[in-house]
This record gives sequence, structure tokens and C-alpha cells, in this order.
Amino acid sequence: MQFFGGSDISPSPPAPTAPGNNAHMIYVFNRNGVCLLYKEWNRPLHTLNAQQDHKLMFGLLFSLKSLTAKMDPTSAEKGNLGVPQLPGQGCSFHSFRTNTYKLSFMETPSGIKIILVTHPKTGDLRDSLKYIYNLYVEYVVKNPLYTPGAPVR
Amino acid sequence: MAPAGPRSGDAIFASVERVNAELFTLTYGAIVRQLLTDLEEVDEVNKQLDQMGYNIGIRLVDEFLAKSNVSRCVDFKETAEVIAKVGFKMFLGVGASVTNWDAEGTCCSIVLEDNPLVDFVELPDTCQGLYYCNVLSGVIRGALEMVSVPSCASLSLVFSSSS
Repeated sequence: MQFFGGSDISPSPPAPTAPGNNAHMIYVFNRNGVCLLYKEWNRPLHTLNAQQDHKLMFGLLFSLKSLTAKMDPTSAEKGNLGVPQLPGQGCSFHSFRTNTYKLSFMETPSGIKIILVTHPKTGDLRDSLKYIYNLYVEYVVKNPLYTPGAPVR
Repeated sequence: MAPAGPRSGDAIFASVERVNAELFTLTYGAIVRQLLTDLEEVDEVNKQLDQMGYNIGIRLVDEFLAKSNVSRCVDFKETAEVIAKVGFKMFLGVGASVTNWDAEGTCCSIVLEDNPLVDFVELPDTCQGLYYCNVLSGVIRGALEMVSVPSCASLSLVFSSSS
């Protein structure tokens, strides 16, 4: 998209649809399931400890991805349910919404998964997730003191 | 809103921060020179350069994916094309072309038109067998491994240089 020019590199994040802080939680996982980053701004109810929570979230996304790929009506049959799919292959879901929250998800071919839990009225957050990924690249990946696979502090 | 398509290497190269080409070339030359002094064995130096490239590659791949917006490549041919056209353009500013596909489509050569690493470089007779640009093959190996394309570690270099 040449006409966007240089300003497209780090687009400014889209304005939130409601005033004030919109997000509840953010998770960033790597391809092995290690939770690299977890931050919460608005989480009234804690049901599990942190480790179990991360494992649950990762497992949930893994299963959802398999399920959505298997149920895809437009692609040819691609193996049995439960066979791990390479990131980016087949169709990939990007959000689900309940009556109390909306969970948006983005996965890169290198296996980095970014999850954002927000207010249910939030619009499509794929651009915001891309912006967050750019930030991750800029500040985490390029940091010479960071070892890949370690949690980000 | 439809997601943006992949961006061209030229556009990205023009918009990232760049370093002086000579500084880059001379720094790399100094690294290789120092490795030769420290390790003395040409094979050791090759291995060390490959390892350094690998460490760079596993981080580079995230930056590449973030800036260039490519989706997952369907097969190895497309992967090689993307590396040559977008990747090298984006990071080194030089174009590359893919040639020499073997019968099964598993092995190819990526030829750089104008390799910035080898400007001003002459290899003496004592260093024949040194893969001067082995760091580049390490980078590609590391990057491919992070996107689950198992690649063989000994990418042999067929980089044509002006020297």
C-alpha cells in the first residue's frame, strides 16, 4: 500500500470507542506456551493462580485454533482434530465475544500470540494488536539483554 | 477493515533507520578479522559466524514479520522468494534473486547482486575455505527455524561478489 507512505510503520493506535481505559487484560505467549507478558488493569475476579491461568489461556487458544481450522467450510480437509497446525496455516480466529468481555487474538508465523481482553462493545482490534506486535519487536526483540523465551518484565 | 497486504522491501527499507554502509562493512570485517586471530582455525571461524548469524536470525524474524506484513508462505519456493525479494531488500538494501532449484524443490541458491559485506575485502591465501558471509546463512537458518521450516544447517554460500 504505497500511498500510505512512511507513517504506516508505526500507525498510531486506533482511538478507543469509549472514554477511559478500555482494556482489561493482555497476555503475550511465545510458540512454546511460555507467557512472556501478562498485565491486568481491570480484573475484579481472580479464580486461579497465575500459572494455571496462563496454562488455561494457552490451552484454550490452542484448542480454539484447531477447532476453527477443522470446521472451516472453505478449505480442503486438513488432517484430524488435535493435529497441531503451524501458526498461520489454515484459517485462524481473531476474536470471540461474551456478554461481559471480548477477547481478541493475533498470532504471527513465528508463534508469538497476543491476546487482549476488553469491553464487549470494542470494535475490530486487529490493527491495535499489530501495533502492539510492532512495539514488542521494537523494544523486546531488539533489546540486546533479552533472551528469547524469557518473560518480559 | 481488510488487513493490509504485504509491503514491498523498498518501501520498508526507505522508512527504517539506516546505518552508514561503510561503517557496517568495516565493522563486519573487523569482527571476522578478530575471530580469525582468536580462533585461528578457518572451520571454527565458520562455525562461530554461523552461530552468530543464528542468534541474530531468531530475533530478526519477528521484526521482519512485523514490518513486512507477509502471511505464512505456502511452500518453500515462496519462502525463498520472500527472503530474497523482501527480506534482503529490507535489511541490507540489496536485491537478490533465487536460482538453481533442484529437482525436488528443496534446495536453491540465493544470489546477491551486490553484497555490502564484501566491499573492500580480499581473502589471503591462508584463508581459503573461509565462508566470509557465513553470518548471512546463519541468519536465514535461525529465521526459518522460528517459523517452523526445518532447514539444513550447512547452507552453502553461492553469493556472487564483485571481488
